[in-house]
Amino acid sequence: MRDLPPPPAPIALLAELTYRCPLACPYCSNPLELSARDAELDTATWARVFGEAAELGVLQLHLSGGEPASRRDLVELVAAARQADLYVNLITSGIGLTETRLDALEAAGLDHVQLSLQGVRAGIADRIGGYRGGFDRKLAVARAITDRGFPLTLNAVMHRQNLDDLAETISFAADLGARRIEVACVQFYGWAQRNRAALLPTRAQVEAAKRTVAEAVRTYRGRMAIDFVPPDYYADYPKACMGGWGSTGLNVAPEGTVLPCHAAATIPELSFQRVTEVPLAEIWAKGPAFQKFRGHDWMPDPCLSCARRDIDHGGCRCQAMALAGDPHATDPVCRHAPHRALVDSLLANLPADDVLPKFVYRR
Amino acid sequence: MTPARADAVFADPLIRMPRGVRLHQDRVRGLPALLGPERALMLDEIGLAILSELGEGVRLSVLIDRLAARYDAPRDEIAGDVRAFLDVMQVQRLVDYADA
Ligand code: SF4
Ligand code: SF4
Repeated sequence: MRDLPPPPAPIALLAELTYRCPLACPYCSNPLELSARDAELDTATWARVFGEAAELGVLQLHLSGGEPASRRDLVELVAAARQADLYVNLITSGIGLTETRLDALEAAGLDHVQLSLQGVRAGIADRIGGYRGGFDRKLAVARAITDRGFPLTLNAVMHRQNLDDLAETISFAADLGARRIEVACVQFYGWAQRNRAALLPTRAQVEAAKRTVAEAVRTYRGRMAIDFVPPDYYADYPKACMGGWGSTGLNVAPEGTVLPCHAAATIPELSFQRVTEVPLAEIWAKGPAFQKFRGHDWMPDPCLSCARRDIDHGGCRCQAMALAGDPHATDPVCRHAPHRALVDSLLANLPADDVLPKFVYRR
Repeated sequence: MTPARADAVFADPLIRMPRGVRLHQDRVRGLPALLGPERALMLDEIGLAILSELGEGVRLSVLIDRLAARYDAPRDEIAGDVRAFLDVMQVQRLVDYADA
């Protein structure tokens, strides 16, 4: 095999600080087998990783999990990341963020908060999150965040059981003073794959959601930015997952494993390196998991000869794994894919409203 | 300062970068960048010139005067480009407009 040219520098690092989380969302993208707390990287190691990431060209750091506020050293980690001159975004459910902690995060230089929303009313939100009282606490935290002047993005995770509340969800975000809302339909990895039948929206719901979003974009123009990620099962072409494998971002899991995307561990043939053993720059440039699906050499037909191959990069490798059982396959969502029938048959066999399966919670 | 409402159109808005949006010198790529929520934009010379004039907030008319002087260019020519650039940024909430 010939040597590939060195990859361009990554822009974003997603740091999964911990898998611990007080919520139990049935669509959580964390692995089904969660590593234990004592395997988590310590403060100094994370700080070193942030420095290595900045040296490598990373501009944006997303602190995620699990629930990052479950880490006692969250404030120190934010300070270390700002020290490394990174833009620091906290991705949180809000649970565990007290007023005192928010003050400390503000003093440490936290740039932006992205708050997840499980539902727009306590009943549904607490049922999805599997945590009674979670909605009321989240609301209080949201107000404390905007009171301090932090820019807030609301991340509304949408699926069959809450997509009908979309218009209400968007106005809820605007009333809270969110600067952005991300309307993200559940993607089927991790726990979401296990709960797919209960979560996959109907075509009618998706069409209605598109109209709602288009209208809201007009209504809130200039006041709140709206990003919409529709469920790709209903699309003709797959999403350009991660902007192309190993081309713009990387993930570090709680125990230090470096992944090209958060679901990459579902691909059995990949082997991953750890920040405790190999420098981040070397993993990015030469890591076997990163090299595996870079560029075109790995592509099968129809992708290899397709005009869209530099637009969607053949779609998502983890989705090919999840649906076709083969990470080298064309993303089954693509209408040219040999496995598209798998997706069509899932869509044709959605359960009726009154027989939706019960959630398997992430516990 | 409250951000502009969606339906408000200001002839001569006061422009500023909201909290959470900042300029950054990208040492690795050797380029100026604008960092904001979920955004990292590499800036060309014009974009950088406009955004570095914003400071704590500046009137559009004043901004255009300054850029016209700095680039020794006709004011009308500059005005259209600047407004077009800022309108795109404002929709993304990377800059805010206010009246007062
Ligand atoms: S998706 Fe839910 S359970 Fe998973 S980390 Fe986020 S808040 Fe916790
Ligand atoms: S054939 Fe491959 S490259 Fe072409 S649109 Fe489908 S997934 Fe994308």
